[in-house]
Amino acid sequence: MRFLPCGDAALLVELDDLDAVLGLHAGLQDRSLPGIVDLVPATRTLLVRFDPSLVSGRTLVRELGVLVGTATARTATSASESVEIAVTYDGQDLAEVGALTGLGPRGVVAAHTAQRWRVAFAGFAPGFAYLVGEDDRLQVPRRAQPRSTVPAGAVGLADTFSGVYPRSSPGGWQLIGRTRAAVWDADRDPPALLRPGTWVRFVEAG
Amino acid sequence: MIGSIEVLAPGPLTTVQDLGRPGHADWGVSPSGAADRGAARLANRLVGNPEDAGCLEITLGGLRLRVDRAVEVAITGAAAPATLDGQPVGHDAPFRIGPGQVLAFGTPSSGLRTYLAVRGGVDVPTVLGSRATDVLGGLGPAALRGGDRLPIGNLVDHQPPVEQAPVRPPTGGTAELRVVIGPRDDRFTIPALDRLLHEPWAARSDSNRVGVRLDGPALQRAGPDELPTEGLVRGAIQVPPSGPPTLFLADHPVTGGYPVIAVVLDADADHAAQVRPGQQVRFRSVAGPVAGDRGAG
Repeated sequence: MRFLPCGDAALLVELDDLDAVLGLHAGLQDRSLPGIVDLVPATRTLLVRFDPSLVSGRTLVRELGVLVGTATARTATSASESVEIAVTYDGQDLAEVGALTGLGPRGVVAAHTAQRWRVAFAGFAPGFAYLVGEDDRLQVPRRAQPRSTVPAGAVGLADTFSGVYPRSSPGGWQLIGRTRAAVWDADRDPPALLRPGTWVRFVEAG
Repeated sequence: MIGSIEVLAPGPLTTVQDLGRPGHADWGVSPSGAADRGAARLANRLVGNPEDAGCLEITLGGLRLRVDRAVEVAITGAAAPATLDGQPVGHDAPFRIGPGQVLAFGTPSSGLRTYLAVRGGVDVPTVLGSRATDVLGGLGPAALRGGDRLPIGNLVDHQPPVEQAPVRPPTGGTAELRVVIGPRDDRFTIPALDRLLHEPWAARSDSNRVGVRLDGPALQRAGPDELPTEGLVRGAIQVPPSGPPTLFLADHPVTGGYPVIAVVLDADADHAAQVRPGQQVRFRSVAGPVAGDRGAG
């Protein structure tokens, strides 16, 4: 674990892997430390924004160090929420992903529905979750030419991630299908369906 | 609703802002809120509002409006010349406008963003607890358009003070912003760090509420190119492999994949939000809150 400076009101905590990041994130949600304003988990880091008038960076480093020791007990198998997302696999890039991976279109569907995915972190847009799977069979590059419009509910792949577009936006992910699931609804509590740590299972819509 | 504001002309960009919606970054939600938080807080205090009441953020002036009842207002931030029915009105002190009177803003000679608070607050519906327009995330109300009517609320918590607030409006010339080096300074060469701190930068015209895009010297990378996506803060100076670095402001993305060479101090991020396109910027390094802790743990 390393603490990297990030201005005077945040610390970037560098951890060994995603499990350690999600463990510390969950630990801080269970037992919030005074002065913490926002948490941003990512692949190998947890960004901790704090209010310097309420807690000093040095105090926070000490307390986070203690918490990491206990939080790592909460591992990848701990009780996180899980959701099932029904997908119609008719994406514009399904054939290309089948060719890129050598799996063929049906093989892509099988690989996408067979593995358990987990929300690693959010970004790009409110409710856009980066999901990591159990293997790298579906690892594909982003499209060379991003689309100017990707519809809400589009299910895509990029690098080692899968994701669902929460609203219509430009996007460069390879699209393999679509879902009616509302991954973002500002009037719902919580608005985000896919929050860090959530387990996701994709099923083929009948 | 106690009354309303009628927008006659919005100027280049006027949005509703408050102190934003922190606490939801792990859902992909930016903090948003006023780009110059200090100016927005002051405007609200001057009319007796809580500091986080909704107010208007006016970019490069141009806003014209009227209200349908008498109300106290205050103008802060960039010194856009303002008139009430053609008569000049002052900044950084509350004054009263009557029903039907037209409040109009010219273009500020320095600074970029002017704030207008109305006693009771601009009371548009909240999204995740905030009335702020997030131009990147698409949350909150749309930017103001001519003909819009904005409700005035009753969110007051004290009587307006009578005196002028002792503040200096943003000035032209070179803006000096303090930075803490890192978190990814190890991805850059020593000469690159030297250039960041000792050469002048200039704000580009494609800057916005997401960030100030900077023209300046090339910052050479060192070490591995790959950087896993990681969290970003307001004030972060992110350097893509090609193209201009971006100094992030209120509506910054919550995560990014390019290294951050340095982060502007939280207080100075307000000053960064007042830098106009073409204006010069210099960065000065200061110690961070965990100086000496690097590599510990």
